[in-house]
Amino acid sequence: MRAPSGPEVAVGDVLLSVENVSLSFGGVKAVSEVSFDIRKGEIRAIIGPNGAGKTSMLNVINGFYHPQEGRITFKGETRTKMRPYEAARGGIARTFQNLALFRGMTALDNIMAGRTLRMHKNIFWQLLRFGPAMTEEVEHRRHVEEIIDFLKIQEIRRTPVGRLPYGLQKRVELGRALAMEPELLLLDEPMAGMNMEEKEDMSRFVLDVNDYFGTTIALIEHDMGVVMDLSDRVLVLDHGIKIADGTPGEVKSNQAVIDAYLGVAH
Amino acid sequence: MAQDAAAPADTFTKLLIRNAELFGKRPAMRHKDLGVWQTWTWSEVLDIVRAYAVGLHRLGLKRGETIAVVGANRPMLYWSVMAGQMLGAIPVPVYADAVADELAYVLAHAEGRFAAVEDQEQVDKLQSVMPRLPKLEQMFYDEKRGLRDYDHSRLHSMDDIIADGRKALAEDPKVGAWLDAEIAVGKGSDSSIIIYTSGTTGASKGVMLTNEGSIKAATDTVKFDKLTENDVALAYLPLAWVGDHYLNYAQGMVAGFCTACPENADTAMQDLREIGPSFYFAPPRTLELLLTRVMIRMEDAGFLKRKMFHYFIGVARRYGERILNGQPVPLIGRLLYAIGNILVYGPLKNVLGFSKVRVAYTAGEAIGPDLFNFYRSIGLNLKQLYGQTEAFLYVTAHPDGEIYSDTVGPAFPNVDLRIAENGEVQFKSPGMFSGYFRDEGKTAEVMTPDGYVKTGDAGFIDEKTGHLKIIDRAKDVGKLNDGTLFPPKYIENKLKFFPNIREVVAYGDKHDFVAVMLNIDLTAVGSWAERNNVVYGSYQELAGHPRVYDMIAEHVAEVNRSLAQDKMMVGAQIKRFLILHKELDADDGELTRTQKVRRGFIAERYAPLVKALYDGSKEADIATEVTFEDGRKGTISARVTIRDMQTEPVPSLEKAA
Repeated sequence: MRAPSGPEVAVGDVLLSVENVSLSFGGVKAVSEVSFDIRKGEIRAIIGPNGAGKTSMLNVINGFYHPQEGRITFKGETRTKMRPYEAARGGIARTFQNLALFRGMTALDNIMAGRTLRMHKNIFWQLLRFGPAMTEEVEHRRHVEEIIDFLKIQEIRRTPVGRLPYGLQKRVELGRALAMEPELLLLDEPMAGMNMEEKEDMSRFVLDVNDYFGTTIALIEHDMGVVMDLSDRVLVLDHGIKIADGTPGEVKSNQAVIDAYLGVAH
Repeated sequence: MAQDAAAPADTFTKLLIRNAELFGKRPAMRHKDLGVWQTWTWSEVLDIVRAYAVGLHRLGLKRGETIAVVGANRPMLYWSVMAGQMLGAIPVPVYADAVADELAYVLAHAEGRFAAVEDQEQVDKLQSVMPRLPKLEQMFYDEKRGLRDYDHSRLHSMDDIIADGRKALAEDPKVGAWLDAEIAVGKGSDSSIIIYTSGTTGASKGVMLTNEGSIKAATDTVKFDKLTENDVALAYLPLAWVGDHYLNYAQGMVAGFCTACPENADTAMQDLREIGPSFYFAPPRTLELLLTRVMIRMEDAGFLKRKMFHYFIGVARRYGERILNGQPVPLIGRLLYAIGNILVYGPLKNVLGFSKVRVAYTAGEAIGPDLFNFYRSIGLNLKQLYGQTEAFLYVTAHPDGEIYSDTVGPAFPNVDLRIAENGEVQFKSPGMFSGYFRDEGKTAEVMTPDGYVKTGDAGFIDEKTGHLKIIDRAKDVGKLNDGTLFPPKYIENKLKFFPNIREVVAYGDKHDFVAVMLNIDLTAVGSWAERNNVVYGSYQELAGHPRVYDMIAEHVAEVNRSLAQDKMMVGAQIKRFLILHKELDADDGELTRTQKVRRGFIAERYAPLVKALYDGSKEADIATEVTFEDGRKGTISARVTIRDMQTEPVPSLEKAA
């Protein structure tokens, strides 16, 4: 159950809207004419069977893929072509289905990397590590330490990420995304490959991020129990087409969704 | 010196005020927060505690009532103890990892209206047992995370309470005067704390300790180990355990030294290294874990490093102990040891955080001679002490220079020690408890008519050294059917000294022979499995592996050989053993919170296995219920193999003589 939200995370205006987006790779239609929106402060889940176009949808949102048709409006600005770094600068952070961390670097440095876009002093100042660059680094480090505290990973601060178990790596990746102080956080299967306990921990963190930082979250997840517990609204895709959109309760009883998951007798 | 000034202060609060005067600018407490060590001086601590006490008073905390303190070692919780004591209330620390049920038992028994807790986890736990705690009115928390949306009518942040107290103190000078008067009213004979025993034997009991007794006891030990305000200790053992309250809190108050709190429980080892404490305590289990970890890492090290390590550890074994004890050592030995110190021991101690340790203690369980000597040989001044909650820890301890791995030292200064006719150790000491809280019957049971406390441990005074030796719990020493003496712990400890064996439960009382159930050590055996190409998917699978059985059988055979050396114990050799399919766990009630096995409970829970040990069957089926950390339950079932052992022949009398 979700705790009642405080005033600052009240679900409000539309943060991101996707209108009639279609994406194809050669003859394969990954996403066709999908429209939906994400509102400020909500946890939005995208579900669907394998190959439904969920990850493609996330990739479209953060500018990794450019849709052939349709429009994406983020914070009132409409763009057809947006580069990933522009999305990041605009406040969209994400984690990946298969981890994408710097394996040789420590957890601390990985999360620190998430602050890159917020560093303003140029490389020469930073090389000198002196004066204003130092002040800035201290400020960033404090922020990163707060994230480390938030995710309870103090004991692995100095451990190279490659040596960590999978569940902890996922947490570090979430930490790096949080370091950007994003407005919209995209999580691609944050709980894949985790055991029960790790899933519960991760669910807790997702809820806390939403509650504590007021971050809007869009997540892809296969564990239905997790999706139903966490999210405010659920979008269901199947073969690139939107088949349902609504609260967890509505989606659960939707016949098209049941058919997509269980198959239909022909 | 600090100790001399301690005499007039008869309560902990007065000690705190004295420390703020004497060592005002010196660090009293450190805590790592957001990756940075934060420091509070004695005068800052006094300032905070005064404000906290006023805040608590305004919420209704009164003299003589209890206040529960639940959580890990954090400054705020130590200050909760101090603030409670300042008002004359009695703090009751409770183990942070206690499941809701245990928590409910202690809180209901202590009848507290107030509870100071660490974070949301503890608040949730308490709220889940609220119906059983009708007296509980208010909860205070340190870590606000996740608690914002909770109903705050009975919930307060400690920061707010302190701010409220500070405001009251600033606005009205009468408040300060009132508080000073309250402090002056506090007497040495007042109870300063109630510590619940871990309950190795049944339900836990609330041990009441007085200000005066605690301070006297701590003054003696501070003098004994020459602790001063320049020492540093890391408080990483449970706040609710008598050891932490004694070693860090009471001694810290008396000597004025700095107590550092780790960032969280998992970082304790790193924090140890950063803080570099000068006074250190670790139960044998922790020391064993550290050594196992070092050894495993050395196995993975390069050829040269590995050779060097083993060569110099050999040197240390030959000379280290004697150098530490100040005994004569040949010049070549001293030379080699000095080189070893630069190349191996120094860096090793640095990694373990022992570089600055001047005095280290271990207690709680028997420690293996190899383990004990290892640490001493690399230059760590590790000593043993013996004590219990009822004594406020110390009964005996090793003085510097008189160290034996199989004794726990002579009676401590001012402690009166005697062995009763039935072999039970009894004592009278300055720090001894004033009684069990709300349980006069139990109090009367453990006191002798002439005022000694019965420890319940069987032991004897070693003739050669004059030190006390503990054999076992007096009531656990049993007899086999043929009349042979059977001290279960003695046998269990001999097995546990092997790194591959983590936990042992021995049976034999009123049986024909001795049989044991044991747990393998997953770290050590797992590493062995890796090196020997043994594939396994879980603890259960590894535990049941025939090659693991072979390896453990060798250890058991070695213990049997050692038992056969002793003519009292030759009949108590192990005839059959099995490896349990799951690790014994405190959450399942199999171990106490201080990690001691609860033999009787285990015998009941694993009755089919115990039966199989004695009816000659080769295998047995068992299904057990397990409790997960969040309180849910599940079942593990398994088929466990039982192995027969050859025993050593009874040596003829002439040979033994």
